Amino acid sequence: MTAAVLTVWTAVCRVDQLEPERGVAALLGGRQVALFRTHDGTVHAIGNIDPFSGAAVLSRGIVGDRGGVPTVASPVYKQVFSLVDGRCLDDDTVRVDVYDVRLRHGTVEVAVEDTVDRPGTAPWAGR
Amino acid sequence: MTRELVVVGHGMVGHRLVSALRDRDTAGTWHVTVLGEEDRPAYDRVALSSYVDGRTEDDLALDDHDDPRVDVRRGTPVVAIDREARQVRTGSGELIGYDALVLATGSVPFVPPVPGRDLPGCFVYRTLDDLDAITAAAEAAMERPGPGRRSAVVVGGGLLGLEAARAMRLLGLSPQVVEIAPRLMPVQVDEGGGALLRTLVERQDIAVRCGVSVAGIVADRGRLVAQLSDGIELDADLVVFSAGIRAADGLARAAGLGVGERGGVLVDDRCRTADEHVWAVGECAALEGRTYGLVAPGYAMAEVVADRLLGGDARMSSAELDMSTQLKLLGVDVASFGDAHATTEGALPVVINDPVAGTYAKLVVSDDASTLLGGVLVGDASRYAALRPLVGSALPADPVALIAPDGVELGADALPDSAQVCSCNAVTKGALREAIAEGAHDVPALKACTRAGTSCGSCVPLLKTILVQEGVEVSTALCEHFAFSRAELFEIVAGAGIATFSELIETHGTGRGCDVCKPVVASILASLGGIKGTGGHILAGEQASLQDTNDRFLANMQRDGTYSVVPRVPGGEITPDGLIAIGEVARDFGLYTKITGGQRIDLFGARVEQLPAIWRRLVDAGFESGHAYGKALRTVKSCVGSTWCRYGQQDSVGLAVALELRYRGLRSPHKIKSGVSGCARECAEARSKDFGIIATETGWNLYVGGNGGFTPRHADLLVSDVDTDTLVRLVDRFLMFYVRTADRLQRTASWIEAMDGGLDHLRAVIVDDSLGICADLEAAMAAHVASYADEWAGVLADEDKLARFVSFVNAPDTPDPTISFVTERGQPVPAPRTPVLIGIPEVGS
Repeated sequence: MTAAVLTVWTAVCRVDQLEPERGVAALLGGRQVALFRTHDGTVHAIGNIDPFSGAAVLSRGIVGDRGGVPTVASPVYKQVFSLVDGRCLDDDTVRVDVYDVRLRHGTVEVAVEDTVDRPGTAPWAGR
Repeated sequence: MTRELVVVGHGMVGHRLVSALRDRDTAGTWHVTVLGEEDRPAYDRVALSSYVDGRTEDDLALDDHDDPRVDVRRGTPVVAIDREARQVRTGSGELIGYDALVLATGSVPFVPPVPGRDLPGCFVYRTLDDLDAITAAAEAAMERPGPGRRSAVVVGGGLLGLEAARAMRLLGLSPQVVEIAPRLMPVQVDEGGGALLRTLVERQDIAVRCGVSVAGIVADRGRLVAQLSDGIELDADLVVFSAGIRAADGLARAAGLGVGERGGVLVDDRCRTADEHVWAVGECAALEGRTYGLVAPGYAMAEVVADRLLGGDARMSSAELDMSTQLKLLGVDVASFGDAHATTEGALPVVINDPVAGTYAKLVVSDDASTLLGGVLVGDASRYAALRPLVGSALPADPVALIAPDGVELGADALPDSAQVCSCNAVTKGALREAIAEGAHDVPALKACTRAGTSCGSCVPLLKTILVQEGVEVSTALCEHFAFSRAELFEIVAGAGIATFSELIETHGTGRGCDVCKPVVASILASLGGIKGTGGHILAGEQASLQDTNDRFLANMQRDGTYSVVPRVPGGEITPDGLIAIGEVARDFGLYTKITGGQRIDLFGARVEQLPAIWRRLVDAGFESGHAYGKALRTVKSCVGSTWCRYGQQDSVGLAVALELRYRGLRSPHKIKSGVSGCARECAEARSKDFGIIATETGWNLYVGGNGGFTPRHADLLVSDVDTDTLVRLVDRFLMFYVRTADRLQRTASWIEAMDGGLDHLRAVIVDDSLGICADLEAAMAAHVASYADEWAGVLADEDKLARFVSFVNAPDTPDPTISFVTERGQPVPAPRTPVLIGIPEVGS
């Protein structure tokens, strides 16, 4: 299979569906993404699967900050992750994926670098 | 080869010897047989008088030696020692051989040889059996027909005599203390202190006669008459002898071992008798010819013998023995330490006597006023903890300033490393500093590794000071966002009328919070909700964003991201229809079911988007949230009680249901569990709960501060035999005081442990209202009770709240694909997880 990577912006939800300082989960193809809206209105997206427990729950963690960096704490074993770069601030060998986010006309769009399982968006899909 | 150690006597010192030996004898050199005369487990005889206050034999019991190499035989008196054959003979004629023998037989009460001392109604004050007999006699006296107060003559006005007098008063009798010396507590206090002590004791409605003795006792129309040496006759229903003790050295005498002039088995500085196989410790031992009637020297001897038995070279001398005493008798502080009577040559007493304030303080200093030798404090002994360790050291300030009301407050930094901070367990400041350096960073840790503060507890404030001084007392700041402790934040929120987290962090914090401070503030806001009228649902407005995932989804997150659901079953009482309804919900949603330890049913494996439908069914069937997800009241467990049980004394189920309904939904620093047992058999395990209630014949006993979990702990008796209204009022105060003042995630046990003054302080605050806050606490609880509403019903009635219960914002009903189940024993359980590859996206097929 070709290893070409394509960035696909996918509309996920309206921005007013995101409560301030709280997260939601979104399903993008086979992938789970956690979206968070911080106090200043910025929207962040990281992988939803907590690497320590394997459960898809990061979207349900408490949003806050550590040393000024916006964070989410896993609700399972409480490790804290940076919303900016996905690094685990309690264990620097661990990080989760980070996704680009943009707001267009009140809609939150997430960039996913993946094409294989999205027929119609990849030119070679189904061939 | 294992050697055989026989310990004769199962009191506090014998118990300490065995503990010390077992702690250090890791090689298993010794097998120990303990032969105890009393038919009871070893108990805390120092706290004997609290038995009359309602503490039970269990409360006073010392830890069992749970060790296969220790064989404790109670009710087994030793009647003879055969030193030749190295064996002892028990009362039943059994012979037990030994390689080493330790005599820890303690002492027997001294009863002056007055005529009539053996009459019925005359007692000694030494053992739990004595106290049982005294209690029975006091009860009989109270029931005797006829007018007049029932009275008891207490022979002896020393430490034990005053305790006995207090016990008599608690039993409803009017005590009269007769002391042969010219003042009370002649051994510990001087004339000036004794005079003040007498005034303070008499204020407690206890008659005191000093300088006279009892010449005889005669029976008179069913009562007793004590004839005093000055011709006065005192009517009495009971006579209690508490005039001192004599070493129980009869066994040693009969075996030909030397005894001191005033009794006690003679031992050398190793605590060994003239026979190299026989040792003696505690009150029965005469070290340098002298016996010691306090537990601290006994413990020191036990430690020396344990060391010697294992080949060590520990020694002791009478000069090092600490004879300090501090006690609170009848509400009167008395402390005596070092050379209290200024017997050292050239010693100078410095005295401040203030009869108006009711305090007397004396320091004894060396002739050049450079060294502290001892002292006496009556009425206010708050400086005892700081002064006693200074005995033998240079005075840190002018002696008058050290005892003056506005004088110098001594900190722990004034103490040298050699100063003994805990005299009960002979722990020096140096040893404490060492333990702190090795990682004991709070009071409970220091207690555990040094034993300091575990006996009388008077040095606990000093332990805290030393922790601070060593720079390890952890900051009370909650997290990087708030420089305050939870209790301080509670006061800020309550006092300033703050209603939201945003307002609080903008005015009193920094940044935007975290998973530590947000749930704490959410809990505080919830606790105050009823009072401030800002209450309402815990998921209302901004508060929703503060909640931990369990509180946010009103269910308990499990390791695979599913939730468990627990409907409330108050008191564990449930109808067949209720059971069926829960069963049908579990079956229809494919949930795993398990009965919990709190007498309810937990339903596992619910996905987040299923929770509203599950709860719609449960609420329709009459159930409400069980708060299993919250730092809140969980359950009030109960036994079946007097309704069904042959032994039940009260309706434990009825009370448990009422309490669970009263306190449901109360947010607190940690979870709160409770239990109610209908009789002393304690089937509800109430004493392992934060507050536990055990029925008595006439009411309820309330215990507080118990828990299971990581560090199991039995709850302590707070009050006994109270009626239901009083009980509920006290629980209201207890819970609200806890909610207001405990640290984050601090359960009631460690909250009480960390409190200055511990359980006594707690009792003063919530029983005697010493802080004058009880009306406030009760009002706060009343507000909570009035504002309670079921959280799940609140969610089901609100579309905005329901909208949060979706799996994916862009696919609300699609189940989380990472969740899957397998079947185990006929029920669904999480499928074992395949290892998660971090950072590599899954590739679809």
